[in-house]
Amino acid sequence: MSLIKNRLAELNGRKALVPFITAGHPKPEFTVPLMHELVAQGADIIELGMPFSDPMADGPVIQQSSEQAIANGVGIEQTIDMVKAFRADNQHTPVVLMGYLNPVECMGHQVFVSQAKTAGVDALLLVDSPPEESDDLLQHLRSNDLEQIFLIAPTTTEKRKHMICEHASGFVYYVALKGVTGSADLDTAAVANDVASIRQHTDLPVAVGFGVKDAQSAVAVAGAADAVVIGSALVSLLNECSDLSSAKRATEDFIKPIREALNSL
Amino acid sequence: MTITYSEFPDSRGHFGTFGGVFASETLMHCLEELKEAYHRLKHDEAFLTQFNHDLADYVGRPSPLYFAERLTDQAGGARIWLKREDLNHTGAHKINNTVGQILLAKAMGKKRIIAETGAGQHGVATATVAARLGLECVVYMGEVDIARQAINVYRMKLMGAEVRSVDSGSKTLKDALNEAMRDWVTHVDDTFYIIGTVAGPDPYPQMVRDFNSVIGRETKKQFAEKVGGLPDALVACVGGGSNAIGLFHPFLDDQEVAIYGVEAGGHGVSTGEHAASISAGKVGVLHGNRTYVMSDKQGQIIETHSISAGLDYPGVGPEHAFLNQTGRANYVSINDDEALAAFHQLTRVEGILPALESAHAVAYAVKLAASMSKEQNIVVNLSGRGDKDVHTIAAIEGVDV
Repeated sequence: MSLIKNRLAELNGRKALVPFITAGHPKPEFTVPLMHELVAQGADIIELGMPFSDPMADGPVIQQSSEQAIANGVGIEQTIDMVKAFRADNQHTPVVLMGYLNPVECMGHQVFVSQAKTAGVDALLLVDSPPEESDDLLQHLRSNDLEQIFLIAPTTTEKRKHMICEHASGFVYYVALKGVTGSADLDTAAVANDVASIRQHTDLPVAVGFGVKDAQSAVAVAGAADAVVIGSALVSLLNECSDLSSAKRATEDFIKPIREALNSL
Repeated sequence: MTITYSEFPDSRGHFGTFGGVFASETLMHCLEELKEAYHRLKHDEAFLTQFNHDLADYVGRPSPLYFAERLTDQAGGARIWLKREDLNHTGAHKINNTVGQILLAKAMGKKRIIAETGAGQHGVATATVAARLGLECVVYMGEVDIARQAINVYRMKLMGAEVRSVDSGSKTLKDALNEAMRDWVTHVDDTFYIIGTVAGPDPYPQMVRDFNSVIGRETKKQFAEKVGGLPDALVACVGGGSNAIGLFHPFLDDQEVAIYGVEAGGHGVSTGEHAASISAGKVGVLHGNRTYVMSDKQGQIIETHSISAGLDYPGVGPEHAFLNQTGRANYVSINDDEALAAFHQLTRVEGILPALESAHAVAYAVKLAASMSKEQNIVVNLSGRGDKDVHTIAAIEGVDV
């Protein structure tokens, strides 16, 4: 059984917390220590962003973090190396790589999957690679026991939900709003409805993200979900940190209240 | 096996291994809706009647096929004909597509129009049709392009469009496209995104192609009337490639017609500072489709360079990628200095100011003509007029206007 399946299977009603950071942001040497800090503060799964020059589905915060990371010399290869370095001290926290297809295409599906597997990556989420265009990549992921996470949006029809759930593994990621990452307000009733309808199509755990920014919004969506993903709000705080200790402190100050609020549910 | 080009793309938008739908999930449903509406309306008699009426009375079609006699003499070979898309309303071929897409937007009940633009020609063409139908219009444009195409920015504003400056990435066309996509994801219910080139996810490449194919259909008819038969060669500039595919598509299954797409060679393809995605790029995925993309070894999209804002794009329409792969079309490049020389040459000997984009095609056609016999014929797509570039050219040449 994979780390992700294990982790989500042992939740027993506890809500999983899935923070996102961009590899190489704000500085390359912060990434691995911050991953450990996220685990120390109660992260169940870590989503690590692979910087891409043209992140169409992301808002300004994650876009700028990508530009910064690329300027710092971090791309897909360095991101994989960071996972390898993280795994030297942590063999139990699942890591999901999140990004866009072009860098993966550029490396080649097979090479990418085998390097990611060797480094200790557990799953892949590519924003611009829907199931119907993912045949070859999916084949490589499956044969290496890596999960492929797919997004479901408020605009996704029932028919597509069914198709996506048939291809998904690990968990299903529900995009809680129409918009890019980090944009405004959530309609929690609509989220609950949509998550319920996803459960008609699959037994996989459901994570909710896009638009979750603090303990309050995390609690609001957690009612319906198994896991909550938080990205832009954390990345935005890290922008301000010029040294590692302040980045760790910002991470702790941000994650702790969210973890506590989710634990109290 | 012979390929029947008119049968492409397949039902999922693939041109061989290129094209497809590589979009975020939030957009998948509206892309499906758009595709359904387009496939229904493209055979609808009332829709086609309205489209053809607008092309005739609003755009001013058919555009002339003009024999450039003095340019031909200077080139010293094949006869050079210019398809005068520069004479269309708003001064470029871009209006053919926006007239079509706005009718589609109206039929789908969308109230808000968004677009991206590079040189500003597509932005102007979109602002124009939005003004005509009284629809709200937002145009995304890179900060760098806003600076070098100030006249077009002002034209858009005069027509009531809001021009939003994009300061991310390279601050040019690709970033404007990213930003328009973000807007669309956020306002997906009431907004219609008019993409200006034959890129983007399916159905855009085929839809933009179909609306621009009037260029090639008219050319075929006009050439048969004026000369008889088919031209020996077609030449058009390729950024995303909408004017080129518009000219090429009706001729793709006429194997005897040679086809040349001219990419922007910038400072020279060997310098790395260019926008020749087919000549020097590699297969990748950008802006919703699989195509040739200019990227570094880690798959980051790299900044391109061209003297012409309209060609300054790191990808290319997937159908061009396909035509390159099958060998049906030849893709070549023309550098900034050659395009600039062709701009002056056409202006001086024919009294026609070509857009810097189109000047790339003119430059290649002159070279090509010299290698062909005097009985042969080349049709060049003069895709836009050069008034918008006068300031750029004056600045390069140190002239104060």
